Amino acid sequence: METRALSHLRICDFTGQLAGAGATKFLAAFGAQVVRIEDPVLQGRWDILRGIPPFKSGQSGLEAGGAFNNHNVEKLGITLNLRNEQAREVLRKLISVSDCVTENFAAGVLDRLGFGYAELKRLRPDIIYVSNCGFGHAGPYAGYKTWGPIVQAVSGLTFSSGLRNQPPAGWGYSYMDHTGAYYMAIAILMALYHRSRTGEGQWVDFASTEAGAVLNGPALLDYTVNGRPLRRQRSPDSNRSQFPRMAPHGIYPADGEDCWIAVACRDDEDWKRLAGIAGAPWSTDDRFAALSGRLEHEDDLDTLLSSWTCLRSAGETARLLQAHGIPAAPVRRPEERIDHDRNTEAWGLWPTVQHTVMGEVRVDGLPVHLSRTDWSLSHGAPCLGEHNDYVLSKILGYSSSEIASFRAEGVI
Amino acid sequence: MSGPLYGLTVVELCDELGEWAGKLLADMGATVVKVEPPGGSRTRGYEPFLHDIRGTERSLWFWHYNTNKKSVVLDLDVEADKATFKKLVADADVLLEDALPGRMAELGLDWLDLEVTNPRLIYVSITAFGRSAPRSGEAFTDLTLLAGGGPAWSCGYDDHSLPPVRGGGNQGSQTACHYAVMSLLVALLERDISGMGQHVDVYAYAANNVTTEAASYTWLVNQQTVQRQTGRHATVHPSTPTQILCADGRYATSGLPPRRGEDFKRMLAWLDDLDLRDEYEQRPFLELGAARDRIDLARISEDPETAAIFGAGRDCVNFIASRLPAYTFFTQGQERGFQVGIVYSPEETMEDPHFRARGFPVEVSHPELGLRFLYPGAPYGFEKSKWSIRRRAPLLGEDSKEVLATYR
Repeated sequence: METRALSHLRICDFTGQLAGAGATKFLAAFGAQVVRIEDPVLQGRWDILRGIPPFKSGQSGLEAGGAFNNHNVEKLGITLNLRNEQAREVLRKLISVSDCVTENFAAGVLDRLGFGYAELKRLRPDIIYVSNCGFGHAGPYAGYKTWGPIVQAVSGLTFSSGLRNQPPAGWGYSYMDHTGAYYMAIAILMALYHRSRTGEGQWVDFASTEAGAVLNGPALLDYTVNGRPLRRQRSPDSNRSQFPRMAPHGIYPADGEDCWIAVACRDDEDWKRLAGIAGAPWSTDDRFAALSGRLEHEDDLDTLLSSWTCLRSAGETARLLQAHGIPAAPVRRPEERIDHDRNTEAWGLWPTVQHTVMGEVRVDGLPVHLSRTDWSLSHGAPCLGEHNDYVLSKILGYSSSEIASFRAEGVI
Repeated sequence: MSGPLYGLTVVELCDELGEWAGKLLADMGATVVKVEPPGGSRTRGYEPFLHDIRGTERSLWFWHYNTNKKSVVLDLDVEADKATFKKLVADADVLLEDALPGRMAELGLDWLDLEVTNPRLIYVSITAFGRSAPRSGEAFTDLTLLAGGGPAWSCGYDDHSLPPVRGGGNQGSQTACHYAVMSLLVALLERDISGMGQHVDVYAYAANNVTTEAASYTWLVNQQTVQRQTGRHATVHPSTPTQILCADGRYATSGLPPRRGEDFKRMLAWLDDLDLRDEYEQRPFLELGAARDRIDLARISEDPETAAIFGAGRDCVNFIASRLPAYTFFTQGQERGFQVGIVYSPEETMEDPHFRARGFPVEVSHPELGLRFLYPGAPYGFEKSKWSIRRRAPLLGEDSKEVLATYR
């Protein structure tokens, strides 16, 4: 087998959904051996994404979930019925030969399964254990349950996204499931780096609400230092710029049904060029010559600019402004940025993987390239228990007759 | 000295696109030397400012993104300084740079120039459009990254006469930085084995493209397009609202509605305890739900009673929320086993009892001002090698003398 950047690492993986599975997907893309454990009795439904839409046309069922596939490419999948003592013994064996145990259950679940940190450490003294949940394993809300939208709401990210005089818009998706997964991957890798220097493992208690709160840093300091909260009159308005200040800065209507163009003038030079291109009566309006004036009259400015952007397609306005070095981009639909964007295509951002049941399917790739040991994604997510034989025989050394009896007795 | 990255040396040549990556490393113990031009980094001029007064050392933006870093002033257009920079990088583990594509090559400081003297170097380039992508020269801001890259399409309101919304807080560059840190850590672990460095090319526009959850994979899998909705997931087919205006004018968010008989029993008990038993008109359906083991969601479309029970459960969460202040709804709901949340403004996390109990707000000393301020704390709790802010962001050139003593 070809040696990859992380081929030397094995992860005993209980993660699911995106918040956890996204982290181990990243490691698997660089060759880490990620062994995903699923419950055969619940048919893997620890992870609510298993077997739910989107489906490829004509497909459905447990093995056909598009989101599950997207987040679990390149992983091995085994089933272990942990109600059974033999299965628990198999898990102990796997943990003892793993570098890291990962999970994003509610706090305390792995402990109640009998595999809390103390037990993990007993099985492998330098084990790295990374738990990922909304509020962490300690503190008044440790027992609370979350999912992406709740994490975003509590951490301030939902509130900070919205238009003036409108309710919070939130993110329209689980931004903190993605970002929680990124942090979880960072935590795993940093703990591995620490182990490589010191020989010691550790537990990382990751609380995604804390990671989410950190992402509004300058607004937090504006409050703690200047006493200015984001919850105040006429605030927030996230299509306008908060820090640094710019105007015009917004998402404006373009010609066509639900078509929009984002435009930002970073400074007076950007504005002068935009005004010149527009050649409109307002282009020479003195109120708009300097940033302070444009900010003071931002409502008028936005109305006037909208009356110009709505005359043509978002793509045409973007080309016009970009030709003069002014930041502008259409609000791109998924189809536009996935199927008709040479910037993502040339990068190889949407690789096709081969899934045992789904066949060929495209997935999210990685927005990085390493010059010497790059990522690659070619295998789809594992079907339920797809790698039982491989993992139990090749990694854990069970004989084929032992594996057959595990199967017969409902251990796997 | 602590942190899992203790002993790691990073040279950072970044403004807003990449400096978050440097902070993530510095706060975990790495020595991060920020190389600034003679006038200081551009982000020293970013709002907000201490007491709203502009100044090189007063940008709270700069304060936040540059904790624990050292500042060294070098003018890379001057040969002597460039030579010093090369020596600095020759001893470093990582170079983080977010220059416009072509700029580093023009300076003779590209990966190929620097690996000659330091083959173990991990050279990380963060650019908006990739170093080699067709649009690599395009002008951008956080707004255009999020609009062009996908996130904005999913974010906004049911009313599509309102524009899509850019999520707040400059997340476009932060997302790129998360990928930068993940990737350079992979390269470092790989270097432990191979002994060799490499170039890591991080593409911010692509990072946002793969941070859109269902919007991307719904198109990739079956070519359907999600549509934005107020305060909840964008979906192909409209879903029911989950964001609720509470009695105190604040918002809360409801989670999964009750589905098991015991969920309905707890919901009835909550109504009783709030003395709202008689006010909730759909109560009989909750009682029907309580009598069942669980609601079979697959039967909703064919069985009107199941649909009514499920609808009443969902509606009752919203009803209770509308009668309580948001914080009371959040904590009472969670204590009673319902997955609900409060829509906090960012600063409210700094006052929340849970965040405080976990030590999230941390005090950072600014000795030159004789003041201490609260900063947001650790994004993760490492048991043995802890996150910490050892020093506030550097004053311009504060560490030039110390760091450059051996390199001049």
